[in-house]
Amino acid sequence: MKVEMRHIYKSFGPVRALQDVSLTVEAGTIHGLLGENGAGKTTLMKILSGYLRPDRGDIFLDGKPIRFASPAEGLRHGIGMLHQDPMDFPAMSVLDNFMMSHEGEFWLDRRRARRALQELAGQFGFDLDPDARVDRLTVGERQQLELLRLLWRGVQVLILDEPTTGISAPQKVRLFETLRRLAEEGKTIIFVTHKLEEVEELCHRVTVLRQGRLAGEATPPYSPQRLIEMMFGRPIPMPERQPVPPGEPVLEIRDLVVGDHRLRLSRVNLTVRSGEIIGLAGMEGSGQQLFMRACAGLVRPWEGSIRVRGEDLTGKPYHAFLEAGVLFVPANRLEEGLIPGLTLTEHFQLVYPNGRYLIDWEQARAEAQRRIRDFNIRGKPETMVEALSGGNQQRTLLALIRTPAHLLLLEHPTRGLDVESSMWVWRRLKERAQEGTALMVISSDLQELLQYCDRIIVFFSGRISEPMATEELTLDRLGHMIAGRGW
Amino acid sequence: MTPEWIFGLAGVLAAAAPLLIAVVGETFSERAGVVNLSVNGAMLLAAMAGFAVAVRTGSLELGFLTGAIIGALMALVVAFASLTLRQSQVAVGLVLALLGRDLAYFLGNPFMGMPGPRVGALPIPVLKDLPVLGPLVFQQSPVVYISLLTVALAWVWIFRTHPGLVLRCVGERPPAAFVRGVPVTRIRYTYAVLGGALVGFAGAAYTLDLKGGWQGPISGIDGIGWIVLAITIFGGWHPVRGAFGALLFALLQWLSLVLQPSLPGIPSQVLNVAPFPLMIFALLLTNLGNTEWVQTALSRLPESSRRFALRILRSLQVSPPAALGTVFEEE
Repeated sequence: MKVEMRHIYKSFGPVRALQDVSLTVEAGTIHGLLGENGAGKTTLMKILSGYLRPDRGDIFLDGKPIRFASPAEGLRHGIGMLHQDPMDFPAMSVLDNFMMSHEGEFWLDRRRARRALQELAGQFGFDLDPDARVDRLTVGERQQLELLRLLWRGVQVLILDEPTTGISAPQKVRLFETLRRLAEEGKTIIFVTHKLEEVEELCHRVTVLRQGRLAGEATPPYSPQRLIEMMFGRPIPMPERQPVPPGEPVLEIRDLVVGDHRLRLSRVNLTVRSGEIIGLAGMEGSGQQLFMRACAGLVRPWEGSIRVRGEDLTGKPYHAFLEAGVLFVPANRLEEGLIPGLTLTEHFQLVYPNGRYLIDWEQARAEAQRRIRDFNIRGKPETMVEALSGGNQQRTLLALIRTPAHLLLLEHPTRGLDVESSMWVWRRLKERAQEGTALMVISSDLQELLQYCDRIIVFFSGRISEPMATEELTLDRLGHMIAGRGW
Repeated sequence: MTPEWIFGLAGVLAAAAPLLIAVVGETFSERAGVVNLSVNGAMLLAAMAGFAVAVRTGSLELGFLTGAIIGALMALVVAFASLTLRQSQVAVGLVLALLGRDLAYFLGNPFMGMPGPRVGALPIPVLKDLPVLGPLVFQQSPVVYISLLTVALAWVWIFRTHPGLVLRCVGERPPAAFVRGVPVTRIRYTYAVLGGALVGFAGAAYTLDLKGGWQGPISGIDGIGWIVLAITIFGGWHPVRGAFGALLFALLQWLSLVLQPSLPGIPSQVLNVAPFPLMIFALLLTNLGNTEWVQTALSRLPESSRRFALRILRSLQVSPPAALGTVFEEE
């Protein structure tokens, strides 16, 4: 089905999200939609799927004008969207999720749905247990489930919003294969991303958005430099590696055994020195989160010891770790890191109180203003954190990290951020390392780990590799190791 | 001859019947994401008004209908305040609970102690002569039959039909349901009002069947609405588990009466309130599997026994509809 969007405008209050954006996608192609965070990609796609209504502009399917009042109508016209955060029902079974739609026969035919699910999953080589609860699946599996569901519904136009965020490398390979096959079958695929290499690898054509406006279009062979210029309006220089000489040991882990109800890590030994950046690589749920939470004092180890700058902290409560200068920045910004409903000023005030009992709000506001400027946050002191974009929430989290810190533990610090924001984050982290802080970083972006870390540890279903110097590693080797090969 | 304890248990079943209906009603409402805290007031007002209408018209059917309408209207107020006006369900429900009770006592004054029509027992032919089961289940009033049917139908509806699947999803994550084309607000209204009607019907069952007549503040109906809310949670928003909760509560109350003569050492007040802490204890048990220390303790067990323990805990474990009491705006 050919999709055309012409002269679309959309505002949220005073914010102009889209201005005069047009997009044409031919049937049977994979069309990239590229842009940095907040460029309006998601808004445009929500309009196409019927989730949002445009202020102005027209949409044509196969040349016929259409107007959607709700996602139900979008689905009826064969348009399905995979949202960045999977829009499923975590507490329910895979099968129930698969069957759930706005219309259906009165009696649930679980047997038929189960057969259809298994058949479709088989076709694409996905391995999904129909009776598992969705919250036990990885993000990648949840995405596969959503994809199969939309195909079962018979969608002709498939929109994928940042589908590679949070999925493993093998899952990504499988996803790309699937998309190519669907395009060959004549489906129209719109692939929303902020990653250049994905566009180069997958897309037949790409449209670039910048700050809610159309920045240009391109076809292969792509020039990365040209695409970056379209995205940001100017070229961005890549940073150079400059190793920091490691100093005193900051974190010493001896014979650590820790586990939860799914995994068990045994006999881990590790020494991290000041100024060092250690990368933790591995598929989601391979044990790296558990390990980091143990180092942060959030999970109590079963055996072994954790020392920070010589002080034995084994089994001590979280605040003892905090006092020893261990700081943890979780991946779920709004769930664990920030407090929705509080303003930026209030957040800064919580971490850096300016009085013992009474708060000097005048001064707090000025202080917040200063940090907002320092950390390049797009927001005002009285902005609620949940109103910030992902990149700005991440900057806020970094601004909230207390100084001085001896050990910084970061989970996915650049997840969902565009190239420019990621580079900004890493620049800040490097500065910290140069000041003598030791860092441990979890990331699913292997390229990024290779670029910035001094040593990398690989996790595979509870197994842990020795720390490896980054110079001796290649992307290929790392990719094999996180999939459990070549140990 | 039928032993006496069977009649006792039959009494438990009769006493639990209105509870079952009300619990199913509240379960429907909460599954859709609407916490209707007005239950206690709605039941009292429905009990009084249902009786009053039955006395004036001589029609039991009209009495029950009145009760159901009152329950539905109270629920509609909660739904309108939260779904359309986007106000707190808790605050509106609480105020309605108090208002309903006071209104019932005030308006019900003229009908206090009046004789009125009452639903009689309706033994079911053939089945009533079964041993044990006959006197226990099939010589009851129609309200008991209706209550058991309601539970069964609710289970089939929620877990075996497509509208039931949609209902569960709406209470779980409204934005995701909306993305899939579900008219979320309309569905929330529908189930809130349906649930309210069931609660009102249950209220009328007290004066028209179980207690027989309106006695004002000494009718013994005040407080039951709160128990209904607790049992809904205890039942994990599952009609059959909720039914067990209601039966357990009725059984505990009966036991406290039966045991009084044989336990003279214990003050009767202790036995009277014993069902309430016991219910809290039962609630605790069901959620034990959620706590971190239990999970940690379990993870050290050997694999086989850990699996077994986990399965038992997980089957007991319940999680509330995730969007319970939240506001959802389409677009």
